[in-house]
Amino acid sequence: MPLPPAIADWFARKGWAPRRHQLDMLAAAQAGRHTLLSAPTGAGKTLAGFLPVLADLAQSPRDGLHTIYVSPLKALATDVQRNLLLPIAEIGLDIDVETRTGDTSSDAKKRQRTAPPHILLTTPESLSLLLSYPEAPRMLAGLQSVIIDEIHAFGTTKRGDQLSLALARLQSLAPGVRRVGLSATIADPESWAAWLAPHGEAADVTIVTGDPGADPDIEIMVIDDRIPWAGHAGRWAARAVMRRIEAARLAIVFVNTRAIAELVLRDLWAENDHSLPIGIHHGSLAPEARRKVEAAMASGRLRAIVATSSLDLGIDWGDVDLVIQMGAPKGASRLLQRTGRANHRMDEASRALIVPGNRFEYLEAMAARDAVAAGELDPDGFRPGGLDVLAQHVLGVAVAGPFMAEALYAEVASAAPYAGLTRAVFDQVIDLVATGGYALRAYDRYARLVEAAPGQWRLAHPRLGAQYRLNAGTIVEAVTMNIVFGNGSSPGGRRLGQVEEWFAGQLRVGDSFQFAGLVLEVTGSNGADIHVKLGRGTPKVPVYAGGRMPMTTNLAVRVRQLLHDPGRWHDMPPDVREWLELQQLRSRLPGPDDVLVETFPRDGRWFMVIYGFAGRPALQTLGMLLTQRMEAAGAAPLGFVASDYVVAAWSLNEVTDPLALLRPDVLEDELSAWLAASPFLRRAFREVAIIGGLVERTQPGVHKSGRAMSVSSDLIYDVLRRHEPAHLLLGAAWTDARYKLTDLERLAALLEEASRAMVHVRLPFVSPLAVPVLLTIGRESVGEDANAALLIEAEALIAEAMNIPGQVPGTAVR
Amino acid sequence: MTVSLSFAGESLVPLACGGLYWPAQQTLLVADLHLEKASHFARRGWMLPPHDTAQTLAMLIDAVEATGARRLVCLGDSFHDRHGPGRMPDAARGALTRMIASLDWWWITGNHDDASAGTLGGRAVAEVQLGPLMLRHEAEPGDIQPEISGHFHPKVRIATRLRAITRRCFAVSGTKIIMPAYGALAGGLDCGDPAIARALAGPGAAVVREGSHLLSFPIAALQTADLA
Repeated sequence: MPLPPAIADWFARKGWAPRRHQLDMLAAAQAGRHTLLSAPTGAGKTLAGFLPVLADLAQSPRDGLHTIYVSPLKALATDVQRNLLLPIAEIGLDIDVETRTGDTSSDAKKRQRTAPPHILLTTPESLSLLLSYPEAPRMLAGLQSVIIDEIHAFGTTKRGDQLSLALARLQSLAPGVRRVGLSATIADPESWAAWLAPHGEAADVTIVTGDPGADPDIEIMVIDDRIPWAGHAGRWAARAVMRRIEAARLAIVFVNTRAIAELVLRDLWAENDHSLPIGIHHGSLAPEARRKVEAAMASGRLRAIVATSSLDLGIDWGDVDLVIQMGAPKGASRLLQRTGRANHRMDEASRALIVPGNRFEYLEAMAARDAVAAGELDPDGFRPGGLDVLAQHVLGVAVAGPFMAEALYAEVASAAPYAGLTRAVFDQVIDLVATGGYALRAYDRYARLVEAAPGQWRLAHPRLGAQYRLNAGTIVEAVTMNIVFGNGSSPGGRRLGQVEEWFAGQLRVGDSFQFAGLVLEVTGSNGADIHVKLGRGTPKVPVYAGGRMPMTTNLAVRVRQLLHDPGRWHDMPPDVREWLELQQLRSRLPGPDDVLVETFPRDGRWFMVIYGFAGRPALQTLGMLLTQRMEAAGAAPLGFVASDYVVAAWSLNEVTDPLALLRPDVLEDELSAWLAASPFLRRAFREVAIIGGLVERTQPGVHKSGRAMSVSSDLIYDVLRRHEPAHLLLGAAWTDARYKLTDLERLAALLEEASRAMVHVRLPFVSPLAVPVLLTIGRESVGEDANAALLIEAEALIAEAMNIPGQVPGTAVR
Repeated sequence: MTVSLSFAGESLVPLACGGLYWPAQQTLLVADLHLEKASHFARRGWMLPPHDTAQTLAMLIDAVEATGARRLVCLGDSFHDRHGPGRMPDAARGALTRMIASLDWWWITGNHDDASAGTLGGRAVAEVQLGPLMLRHEAEPGDIQPEISGHFHPKVRIATRLRAITRRCFAVSGTKIIMPAYGALAGGLDCGDPAIARALAGPGAAVVREGSHLLSFPIAALQTADLA
């Protein structure tokens, strides 16, 4: 099928030719097929997605809403609007393109409902809200297609659940609507096709794959043949990184957490001899601060920007020619995505530099580079849709108008995340929305939904519609406090951004900490504001390194293969190689599918190191459970520390039977008990209670009541746990906490592996591989003053592991 | 029951549940029960768990049994709103009216409820003088005679070596005791809040009953040491 002449002429005038995948998208559209496009950054994905829309409207111009485009970011929707308007004008088409996001005025939104544009650019939240208006069916009846950009950013999240339900609704209102997904390179297009398709039928989706771009050029930084024993985020290499920034046009320095971003910026400034303009970008900064940095970047006023995943997604903010990843990338897909931020032209290689923080991270960096070269990306962990999100959706449907339970159930089950939903659970969700889902039936007279006729439900009162719209959405912000310059006596001090309440809770007056690239000293507080002034010197309060993404299972497998394949060791720097060789000599190397456990005495304590490679959240959880079991077994545990690779626990008495500690039944009993008492479940409950419509969402800017509400969701949790432990939302909180916060599946797999193939090695001294994790013990609690003592301790530890010749190697016990 | 507080020459026993027992008067004091708070929210479309009244009353019955109190004084905001008594489930209403009938029961009127609790029995009053102590809902900073009140729901946050711990507490100064909220769903206000400082009319301490210990934290020291 050829392009309409007007569009073909436009390509010709530009001296361009449509790319193969762009024409494939057109053909799929003309065949009326749902389509999933997977193509690398810079491949013209947006144009490929919209080309069929422009072609259709060029051939048969008509009024009414033709296409809805959904983006994960408001900013991306605005960016796409800009990028669409130009070709539309140049081709000479009469097509209206408008955005509809949280920033759109209510007047404009109202007008859009009666006189919609041809193309509406929106977010999942705004789409759901649009569907809750009674005008929606009329407005959407003629809809031809819905385009979901950056689909890989959605599928495994609650926003993805929300979007999937909205798509199911759209399909009912406009049965002919074509679903189009646009994605970066993904590991498993088939699964994503199933996620995109109605009824999860991947066969109904045509998968279009873009031509691969030039292979990225990924370098791992090694200085003087050395990689440090411990540390993360590659801060040791700041000077060398600064020299690379000087040699580049514009560099993005990616880090894995907001807190690390602050530290890395500080390190770089210390080495910034030429005072190059370097900015910082992360999600805790105030929006205006973020916009300023983005503008400076786009206009070429910056030479480097230190960023977290807040810059991961596809907005083109400047002519980036170098991406630096500080610390291990934690996943091949993430590395590829970040690498793609350098150089938006797909025929040129993107340049990236990984700066490993320690030797395990070096192995991980190698593994990630291998995986990218092999085109082996990380599969996405699809999971069943959240019942809290479903409850919100059901209320939204009722706000738009009465519904039949039978029909809505069929519609919901056609959304892939809810394919396994039973009718019984669906009815429980309706009951939850109607009266809170309590056994007492105390609230029948206050019901939000009433059964007007058998099987037909309607909203009990119109004011509930307004309430729904204020509280809709699946993103629940943590309770935060504002960082404000000034002493609070002068109103309107400059707001720098926000920190989470738990972090604020450890700050005392006179403490200094790093934020927005500044050292700040706390001068006082008032309600939700923390007052600060500029501080000097070294920040006193250690920054928290939590919230890191764990290393993916794929990379873990590759790291274990690297450890076990001496053939690859010659690619490594000499000190990493020597480290592995000595481990082989002194203890043994973890195998590709066993679980190595080392025990050894040191400084009057007994250490146990488990090489689990299951990612930090899973190993952290294991550490807590282990110490409980050690306590019960009389080992007198003193503490533990976990990394992505290992967990180490230490105790007064020797652990002689590690296998007993790793019995899988730990998951059944102790984990449940531990989780129930932990703050994780409370936090998870707060989220499901807000999304599920049990408690009111804090409105932006009303931080005081945010704090109050955080307390009351805790009180509700306590009451519910005591009186109605089987409540639907408690179950939902459990599910969330288990999947999200503890990586339960990886822990279960590790324990299963241990029961099958644990290798226990008793050593007379610490092993080389155990050194990195032991060096992190207690680091968080020690101030700068203790540096000397720490260095001496580290030196002794390392000497013991590496340099004492002629000792008896450990005895292996299987 | 050995942990008592000496206040205006009287010996008072703070209970872990948030009540205050006065052995000399055989009187149990409780503040801010906020009964039927969940149903108040449910009426507005927020379906909070309908178990708060039952839980609060169960705690109250336990405290009466444990102390052997003959008199009970509720220091106001006993119901979350003035329609609360009308919304009470039958079982809870029965349990409450039985308890009221068995004790010398006083309702002090708060700002959330009005005298409506009095329809269930007992005496509803604006405030009451008992021995040397004035009992009222909200502290009057200018009143210099010893006083016990509620209203503010004080809680305290203590930064320990490992983590910060939050507890409901008694805010105590030389002439005032502000009692913690008793209700299962009643939230709290940090005892360092200026409103509580004003109400205490002098330097105060946050008193927490923890098992068999009575812990006291000077509020001023908490404030300079800990922000949240």
